[in-house]
Amino acid sequence: MLEFDDVHVGYGRSTVLHGVSASVPADGVAAVMGHNGAGKSTLLRAAIGLLRPARGVIRLAGEDITKLAPHERVARGMAYVPQGQQCFPHLTTAENLQLIADSRPGGRAAMGEALDLFPALRALLNRRAGLLSGGQRQQLAIARALITSPKLLLLDEPTEGIQPSVVAEIEHTILGLTQRGGLSVLLVEQHVGFALRAASHYYVLESGRVTSSGAGGDSAQQAVREALAV
Amino acid sequence: MTVIVSQLFTGVSIGAVLLLIALGLSLTFGQMGVINMAHGEFIMAGAYTVYVLQKVITGAGWSLLIALPIAFAVAGAMGVLLEFLLIRRLYARPLDTLLVTWGVSLILQQAARDIFGAPNVQTKAPDALTGNVRITDDLVLSNNRLFILGLAGLAVVALTLVLRFTSLGRRIRAVVQNRDLAAVSGIPTGRVDRLTFFIGSGLAGVAGVALTLLGPIGPTMGTNVIIDAFLVVVAGGIGHLKGSVIVAFALGTLQSLIEYSTTVSVAKVLVFVAIVAFLQWRPQGLFTLRTRSMA
Repeated sequence: MLEFDDVHVGYGRSTVLHGVSASVPADGVAAVMGHNGAGKSTLLRAAIGLLRPARGVIRLAGEDITKLAPHERVARGMAYVPQGQQCFPHLTTAENLQLIADSRPGGRAAMGEALDLFPALRALLNRRAGLLSGGQRQQLAIARALITSPKLLLLDEPTEGIQPSVVAEIEHTILGLTQRGGLSVLLVEQHVGFALRAASHYYVLESGRVTSSGAGGDSAQQAVREALAV
Repeated sequence: MTVIVSQLFTGVSIGAVLLLIALGLSLTFGQMGVINMAHGEFIMAGAYTVYVLQKVITGAGWSLLIALPIAFAVAGAMGVLLEFLLIRRLYARPLDTLLVTWGVSLILQQAARDIFGAPNVQTKAPDALTGNVRITDDLVLSNNRLFILGLAGLAVVALTLVLRFTSLGRRIRAVVQNRDLAAVSGIPTGRVDRLTFFIGSGLAGVAGVALTLLGPIGPTMGTNVIIDAFLVVVAGGIGHLKGSVIVAFALGTLQSLIEYSTTVSVAKVLVFVAIVAFLQWRPQGLFTLRTRSMA
């Protein structure tokens, strides 16, 4: 579904990713793990088009999308949930969702389905998103991404900084989505156990390079923990 | 008592003019953060639109009403052109934006001199707006001021409805709040920027039409009012339409009441002093929005 082919990305003169090659299988989940500063979020920002690779090619379902703008990538079926429970803080919860639903055929129905996944948001529709808790904002961010009915979902540390009870709910929802089929996921996650439970394939990044990769599942835990311990 | 009511009405009508000229800025400066020094020249373009229309359509009768949408479109188109050609390349560089748009404002002023001549020109107000409404023997309200008040009210309501209840309004607010998040949510941010600039600049054109009712039209008429407009937006709280409305009427009323016991110049100075003092006390302006800290 998504391929990174020898991708080099940086900020100004500072290169963060040094020739990363990785892929997300169709209907599969690829997890990217690594220490802080390894380049995980940079990889996702390049995938959605917020950063333009200096070298290399990014393909979506075989199409070269390296030079496409973010909204063009979203139109092709990509959705992105950035790190840090980001939302539009001065818009209400409902407006955050309507914003995406407005421009799509069937957007209202998709908005209802997204709210079914996170029913707690229904009671908060008229509250400004900036006043929600971190967990609620993360649920809103995931719901917003799902309204686009994506073929590929990019998730950047969806459980980071959230209270455990909400983490369990978010994990449950993400696992449910990946098992439903029709959706590929590129998941950046620090929580190795959850990442490998969800993933069919994993990559470990270290200083902008892939240092370890393989099939996901609980059996990969030892190899990943060793790679991360280096 | 009548004198106070009369001065209050004058203040409200000054506030309405301030509001009209500040409304477009509340979008381009308040929402987008672009310091567009050529905004005053969009006001001028709106005013000259009335002048040109009155040359084409003999008589003042309907020309003012016809001028409103045309001035909106003319000034809006100028704004889009400016945004597309220059401002979009300078979004993270406010000082450069200020200097470049100041240069554009000088070019537009000279263009107006070349096209319409250096001396000010006068337009004719429709007959319906030349009279007065007599409330009591001592209290007389002029029709043109009432018209401007109504126009300002209509513009505020229309802008509020667009921003709060339409898809475009939600997109504008989203791009303002988090451009990257808007882009990765599938919103074509460049197109939204141009539409925002079109509406903001178009409103300047509407303000220009209103100003033709109050005095002559000249190449520097926009420059004369642009500072007032910036002050209204800053003192209201950047990005807050409600703040701009309150501050515009407050300043208008304050100026009118001070003028009554002093002079126009003294009133202007005292109003500026009041704004400076207010911003010392509350630099963020009248309104700010509170949110939980974002990770």
